[in-house]
Amino acid sequence: MRCNPRRTAGAPQDTLWDLVVVGGGNAALCAAITAAEAGAKVIILEGAPKPYRGGNSRHTRNFRCMHRGPLSVLTDAYDEDEYFNDLLLVTKGKTDEHLARMVIRTSEECLPWMQAHGVHFQPSLSGTLSLSRTNAFFLGGGKSLVNAYYNTCEDLGVAVVYEAQVTHVGIEGDRFTHAEVTIASAPPVRVRGKAAVLASGGFQSDLDWLTRAWGPAAANFLIRGTPYNRGVVLKDMIDQGSETVGDPTQCHCVAIDGRAPKFDGGICTRLDCVPFSVVVNRDGDRFYNEGEDTWPKRYAIWGRLVAAQPDQVGYAVIDAKSIDLFMPSVFPPIVADTVAELGTKLGIDGAKLARTVAEFNAACRPGRFHPTELDGLATEGLSPPKTNWARPIDQPPFYGYSLRPGVTFTYLGLKVSDTARVQRADGPLANVWAAGEIMAGSILGQGYLAGFGMTIGTVFGRIAGREAAEHVL
Amino acid sequence: MSFDTPALMQEARRQLEICNACRYCEGFCSVFPAMTRNKAFADGDISHLANLCHNCRGCSYSCQYIPPHEFALNIPAALAEVRQDSWERHVWPAPLARAFHERGLVIMLVMVAAITAFFLALHGRAPGEGEGFYAFVAHNTLVAIFAPAFLLPLVGVAIGLVRYWRETGGRRIALADLAGAFGSAARMRNLSGGHGEGCNFEKGDRYSDARRHAHQAMMYGFLLCFAATSAGTLMHYLLDWPAPYPIWSPPKVFGISGGVLMILGGVWLALLKLRADPDLGARRVWGGEMAFVVLLVLIAASGMALYAATGTGAVPALLAFHLGTVLAFFVLLPWSKMVHGFFRLSALIIEEQKKRR
Repeated sequence: MRCNPRRTAGAPQDTLWDLVVVGGGNAALCAAITAAEAGAKVIILEGAPKPYRGGNSRHTRNFRCMHRGPLSVLTDAYDEDEYFNDLLLVTKGKTDEHLARMVIRTSEECLPWMQAHGVHFQPSLSGTLSLSRTNAFFLGGGKSLVNAYYNTCEDLGVAVVYEAQVTHVGIEGDRFTHAEVTIASAPPVRVRGKAAVLASGGFQSDLDWLTRAWGPAAANFLIRGTPYNRGVVLKDMIDQGSETVGDPTQCHCVAIDGRAPKFDGGICTRLDCVPFSVVVNRDGDRFYNEGEDTWPKRYAIWGRLVAAQPDQVGYAVIDAKSIDLFMPSVFPPIVADTVAELGTKLGIDGAKLARTVAEFNAACRPGRFHPTELDGLATEGLSPPKTNWARPIDQPPFYGYSLRPGVTFTYLGLKVSDTARVQRADGPLANVWAAGEIMAGSILGQGYLAGFGMTIGTVFGRIAGREAAEHVL
Repeated sequence: MSFDTPALMQEARRQLEICNACRYCEGFCSVFPAMTRNKAFADGDISHLANLCHNCRGCSYSCQYIPPHEFALNIPAALAEVRQDSWERHVWPAPLARAFHERGLVIMLVMVAAITAFFLALHGRAPGEGEGFYAFVAHNTLVAIFAPAFLLPLVGVAIGLVRYWRETGGRRIALADLAGAFGSAARMRNLSGGHGEGCNFEKGDRYSDARRHAHQAMMYGFLLCFAATSAGTLMHYLLDWPAPYPIWSPPKVFGISGGVLMILGGVWLALLKLRADPDLGARRVWGGEMAFVVLLVLIAASGMALYAATGTGAVPALLAFHLGTVLAFFVLLPWSKMVHGFFRLSALIIEEQKKRR
């Protein structure tokens, strides 16, 4: 816990704060900084201990930014309509055009604001050249951004309390009065404030909730981000009548390395080998077209595909021809000289895997193979087919990876207005705003657009901080 | 402590493979772009990355996988251990290296004291007949002691560099390699953090240029002192102009400015080192690294004191002490932190070569 007791005189519960910020990731920090710069006395209640501070922002790497010409590390231009169309494509229309366009338009002024508050950018990383026009990468990644913002908060005199789990948001009538907080397992205290910004993320780390929403298979899902997004505040607000948006049963789920940790594996657990693989399930059977489209357009559906297989596991098999065609995996692949031996090493029926691969190989046809474009090199007479990059798996050594569904975030969130105000059926709350993942479902109803979560968090964090400061000062 | 190169390599390899799947740190320094050339890391690749690392720690403070995360990454320490081990394996003869790196402060102090005593005794028995310093120790005596003490250790370093070059796949040096490498070293580009605000050394996750500037003062101060000695040598042999030299002469101008810079830079580096997290470096050699900084400060300070004491009765003792520090520096050169300069420059040159391949 670091709460600047000298500056704020006493424990968090001894002060009537101008603004209580619940959560400690990107959106929370943007709100706290904006309000503190306007002169508000701000406290951040971060549920995680200091090494894990920052929520899922810790694992991010860029934010998607509109720009009318070259801007910082961003090349060329990316205008509002193109950005909005990209969003429409991934959400299949499940978005709020008014809010979405506001976020997109505001993203342009965010970049210099972020730089002015200590964030450094770098050119897009090797292997991500396709994003160099649309996404500005943080030098050092999201944790570096989080560090910069915490340092800015410290310089501004914002009080920060770690391991501060908010269990209840106290509301009287339409007004926030206090947050009930358990700080580092001590007895609960009431932190009183004139306004609140809720930026405590979704519920994807609460496996019981996830299982209730999705079904029993969710028990086998891996959670890619922080273990601290358990949706306690989200649920508390819903119980108190706040309006919600987003499908409560759905989460964004991608196929990741099956050996990844249960929580917090982050970016490096991704596996980009599927388009060059044969993918089988626990029983050694193929179940989907591995070459349907390029990986950036397909990795999200593979989370669901694997989730639908027995035991929620898949196995991707490649041969020596393909090992250098994709980004390295976090753990070395399983290696064997024959497909059957590889199957045994992967823990499945080796003879069955060898038969499946032999059938696949027999269905491959000669043709031009091109790893970075849809090459149309397809199988014939195979079900399911592989419609691109279908080369025989025949050159040892053979490599295998296990795949599991990895949950990135949940869609259920608080409904907000364009000033980030939290709504109830009878109208908006007077002094409660929300920002970040907890309200992102308002804009992102389905799918995901790389870097858009950080854009929503930054835009709405700053709006929430500004509105809250105006309200109390 | 036992030396287990395979274990150090394996731990660094485990960490680098995780790093290489993330790549968020590409913009900080030369290590990360170099890493992306590989999918699997041979020992030579790891040695190369380790010597390319300037221990700026930017990656560590930005890393979402440092302890308590189960991946437990500590890239600055893992590379520092491999780097240290690479010097100790390669520089000849190896056993001396291990001794100094781990018990540097004691060895350094004993050595300086012994050599100082030796010169005092030498002065008592056979004072020189020349002017200035040479009135205390004859010029030829100094040359007879210092020439081998300077050259033999350099042979040890040269052997180490040849072995290192082989292990890391270095090639014949081209002019462009030197331009790139010296350009990086002259500006300490790899301590800039990539964004120009410096590294994470003494201020935790805040950036600071202090270490870069302190190192610049030390490096350029050292080079100026070296230039002063070289100028004196040339003037002695080519111009037949023995010391003492006047204040405006190159040995004095270079020596005084260099001495001041070395003292400032060295004290600053030592203070920064006291405030930095020792767990982000090779912990077992913390003392040896500190001893090396202290020795450089002692060399410069005793040299400046000697100059200030010209004509007083303090000169014999100060001269003996100064010569003691300088001789200790030379004798210990292959086995002290001084080798970092040779190896890091080699790594920068080799990196220029690998970048172009």
